[in-house]
Amino acid sequence: MKITTIARNTFKEAKRDRVLYLLFFFAAGCLLFSRFLALLTVGDRVKIIKDVGLASISIFGMLMAILMGTGLVYKEIDKKTIFTLLAKPIHRVEFLMGKFLGLVLTIFIMTVLMAVIFLLILFLHTFTIEWSILIAILYIFFELCLMTAVALLFSTFTTPILASLYSLGFYLIGHLSWSLEMLIKKVKSGTGRAILRVFYTVLPDLENFNFKTEVVHNLPIPTKLLGISFLYGVVYTAFILLLAMVIFRRRDFI
Amino acid sequence: MGKALELEKVYKSYKLGFIPKKKQVLKGVSFYVNEGEIFGYLGPNGAGKTTTIKCILNLIFPDAGRITIFGEDSLKPKARQRVGFLPENPYFYDYLTGREFLAFYADLLGIHGRVKEEKIRYLLKLVGMERAADLQLRKYSRGMLQRIGLAQALLNDPVLVVLDEPMGGLDPIGRKEFRDIIVNLKKEGKTVFLSSHILQDIEMICDRVAIILAGEIINQGYLGDLISEKVLYTEITIAGIPAAEFNHLGESVSTSGDRVLLKVYEERNIDQVINLVQQKKGKIVSLVPRTETLEDIFVNMVKNQ
Repeated sequence: MKITTIARNTFKEAKRDRVLYLLFFFAAGCLLFSRFLALLTVGDRVKIIKDVGLASISIFGMLMAILMGTGLVYKEIDKKTIFTLLAKPIHRVEFLMGKFLGLVLTIFIMTVLMAVIFLLILFLHTFTIEWSILIAILYIFFELCLMTAVALLFSTFTTPILASLYSLGFYLIGHLSWSLEMLIKKVKSGTGRAILRVFYTVLPDLENFNFKTEVVHNLPIPTKLLGISFLYGVVYTAFILLLAMVIFRRRDFI
Repeated sequence: MGKALELEKVYKSYKLGFIPKKKQVLKGVSFYVNEGEIFGYLGPNGAGKTTTIKCILNLIFPDAGRITIFGEDSLKPKARQRVGFLPENPYFYDYLTGREFLAFYADLLGIHGRVKEEKIRYLLKLVGMERAADLQLRKYSRGMLQRIGLAQALLNDPVLVVLDEPMGGLDPIGRKEFRDIIVNLKKEGKTVFLSSHILQDIEMICDRVAIILAGEIINQGYLGDLISEKVLYTEITIAGIPAAEFNHLGESVSTSGDRVLLKVYEERNIDQVINLVQQKKGKIVSLVPRTETLEDIFVNMVKNQ
């Protein structure tokens, strides 16, 4: 109950953030632009619309998650609103979970809105609705949930600017770490390979949530892969939230 | 009478700066607050008042020591179940209206439905904010924020109310109203813990006080015990007689028009002054014996340290 109250208030606060709308208009602009880009393309124009559209949802969603997530807890501490809040019989864990869920709700609504615009543009071009696209968008949303948790983690101990940079770093590492897997296959077994494997296990692999290529090119997606990716998202998000809670639980609010 | 709050040898240090340097803020603070009393926590700026309060409310964690609220360890959220808190310079979500703000905190405390509505209406009336209830908090003045903050602190019908500098930012009428509210809280059987550096407020309403200086409690006890009833000197205002006539009886502090303000230190001189005034056909405008005030004690202690 306390968590939902905090989540509701977080959503109310997030709704008022101008950055959110700015990013949303940029995203909408990009989605519309994909239609014009398609006109300049030789070959399959639908693919361009899909490709640019999904990438726009992914990137602008990521920016929303980072920019809003990093400011969330910091603002409460900076503006000292946290004093009266935590003086109530509330667990710090409940506070953090409330913040997370409130933001996830905001991101969910934004993703839905972007998806609606995207599907509308696609429908006006092809006059059919491809439901497989929804799978790609759903997994983008899972990735955004993880990014929200990451932003929240950094905002529990550092300033929004640093937290944004760290989160962006996490995002970039997450999308490049798959190349480590390629490297592991090429390195001879031994210490080097073992170290690389440890690295690959610890570092996030956000490509697990990327089903854009499959959807754009109408390739089959194995159900098992979907299941593993989902599980990966849940476990990694829970791990990051746990880390945030450990830090937040013992923090002094000077 | 049980103890509403007890601190035993509480230590707290902060590490500040780019190269962390340890700063000891609380150096073994110990005191207790009895149930049903108004307790004044006094100290100059930077003495550690707010740090102590933050330790009590679990906003920061002491390095060592123990804090209990009605016998319950303050580290447990349950201990804060019946505690109300108004921070110094309260900051709240400024996009909420006064009413929404109280509703948000009521939800957090598990107060719902009609009880919530009635509670909010009652508290808005108590702190005199009925007319501004539907205004966004960003449009509130500091005094108004203080009032709505007090309403927020009383939402859960607390047994212990912790107020950090509650009179700051209030006009004289507001201060009087706040004092009345605090005294009423005591009448309702609540315990009030009040930190302040405005001595007048504390002197007027507190039963017991503790004085903190540079992180250490330097004195605590009943206000009556701390302040002696002894008359320090008597101030006499006389009209119609030149000041020079009284030089041997007391110290003339100021003259305005034909009035002289005389400070008389020895009791037997008072009668002589009165006799002299009668002989010279002058007039005594006022005669006020000055006893020791909390301010005197406070200033002396700070100087001695």
